[in-house]
Amino acid sequence: MLEEIAVNDTGDLIINVGPQHPSTHGVLHLIITLNGETIKNIDPNLGYIHRSIEKMCESLSYRQFIYVTSRMDYLSSHINNHACALTVEKGLQIEVPERAQYIRVIMDELTRLASHQLWWGAAAMDVGALTPFFHAFREREMINEIMEETCGARLTMNYNVPGGVMADIHPDFQRKTKAFLAFFKDKLPEYDELVTGNIIFQNRMKDIGIISKEDAISYGCSGPTARASGVSCDIRKTHPYSIYDKVQFDEVLETTGDSFGRYLVRMQEMRQSIHIIEQLIDNIPEGDFQAKTKAVLKLPKGEFYTRVETARGELGVYIVSEGGLTPYRIKFRSPGFSNLSALNHMAKGQKIGDMVAIMATLDLVIPDIDR
Amino acid sequence: MFITQYIKEVFTGVKSLLIGMRRTGYYFTHHKEIITQQYPNEIPVMAERFKGEVIMLHDQNNEHACTGCTACELACPNATIKIVTKFDITPEGKKKKAIDKFVYHLELCTLCNLCIEACPTGAIKMGQNFEHSVFNRAELTKVLNKPGSKVRDDVE
Repeated sequence: MLEEIAVNDTGDLIINVGPQHPSTHGVLHLIITLNGETIKNIDPNLGYIHRSIEKMCESLSYRQFIYVTSRMDYLSSHINNHACALTVEKGLQIEVPERAQYIRVIMDELTRLASHQLWWGAAAMDVGALTPFFHAFREREMINEIMEETCGARLTMNYNVPGGVMADIHPDFQRKTKAFLAFFKDKLPEYDELVTGNIIFQNRMKDIGIISKEDAISYGCSGPTARASGVSCDIRKTHPYSIYDKVQFDEVLETTGDSFGRYLVRMQEMRQSIHIIEQLIDNIPEGDFQAKTKAVLKLPKGEFYTRVETARGELGVYIVSEGGLTPYRIKFRSPGFSNLSALNHMAKGQKIGDMVAIMATLDLVIPDIDR
Repeated sequence: MFITQYIKEVFTGVKSLLIGMRRTGYYFTHHKEIITQQYPNEIPVMAERFKGEVIMLHDQNNEHACTGCTACELACPNATIKIVTKFDITPEGKKKKAIDKFVYHLELCTLCNLCIEACPTGAIKMGQNFEHSVFNRAELTKVLNKPGSKVRDDVE
């Protein structure tokens, strides 16, 4: 027996994409209203991978809750951990040693590179090119090896602790990172040759999923998604944390606001990340990698908020403390959630095939949206 | 005007495809770079700091450094570690606290390294083993101290 086709009152077709669909990059369920092949409405249905991380954190101490945040945005787990460590340090007014700050920023940028590489491969795969995925994973594997050597894990590092980093860098760290940068700078033009200049890719991306500057602000977009529309929102520039005020880098801005603009922003960000690491890698100061902290951490009564720039946008960590061993309330402002909310606006009036291209350049990580 | 525009687009399109194909051709003829590992045949060497599982260090006299202070148990976010203590009678006739069982639930462990950071005597460390699949879930609950082992004398 044939399934009955879902049609609403006006004769529009309603289809479900996901929760198990390769183009949604996870368990995201989109209810799409179609008129022919044109999208009339997209209704994202969330909650398939909700693990109540915020509630879980309320029962964990200030040392313990950091590891959970690696499981939110698993592609920039080190940056998430950095944000949590910064919030706790802000509450306890811990002075972080300079060496730890340098290590943290280098690791952050390596994580951003790895995340953008994976995004590049996956985005090209979404629009039909399979080979770039393997190119991206070749370079990403080198970063993962550097991470594994120093942090002990490839994805969920848990390298940040309140007051610094968990262990000193591996003796090979600097040599391997420099070798990677030299290798990757060679390979980046290859990325452009294979995908950026490709006419099929450009036709799939240009003038697709346009979002204006005003709309990007009103939807709360952040990261490359907003910067492609010309919103200057790089937290590393606007509210520098750690040692970002000491390094030279440019905030990448595009004005087109389409999928290709978001693509170009991320490609340029990779170059900026390389530039940041190059400035720091030879100048890691000597000293402690971790500040002396008390055995039991107790945040004073009050509210603490920090924000950092992850690979996807602005991550905010909000802690309400009652002065106890555990946070009273924790809230994460995740970049993916706000970026996803703009999907309906971007994809309205486009063809259903373009929706996949728009989703690819939004760089959604579903565990980050649901938490 | 329209025709020239059209022809121009066709030529730039073909050119961009050829540039991409040149790169593809390069890799087709230079296939020395093998980046995949034939996993079950070649076992990868894990990094020294790789977090595979928690292990307890024993020396040749079957002695370990765990005093049973439960610092690791308190540091663990997932209740992975459970320490069962007992009282040993020392030669002087005094009672001394010692561990009976160091129970480690690998199935609950997220390998966050917080227990190793908390240990004051360096009794536990992360092992490099990463092949943890078993047929029976109960096999993942391990007792880390070896049978008959006791705490080293110099550890306080």
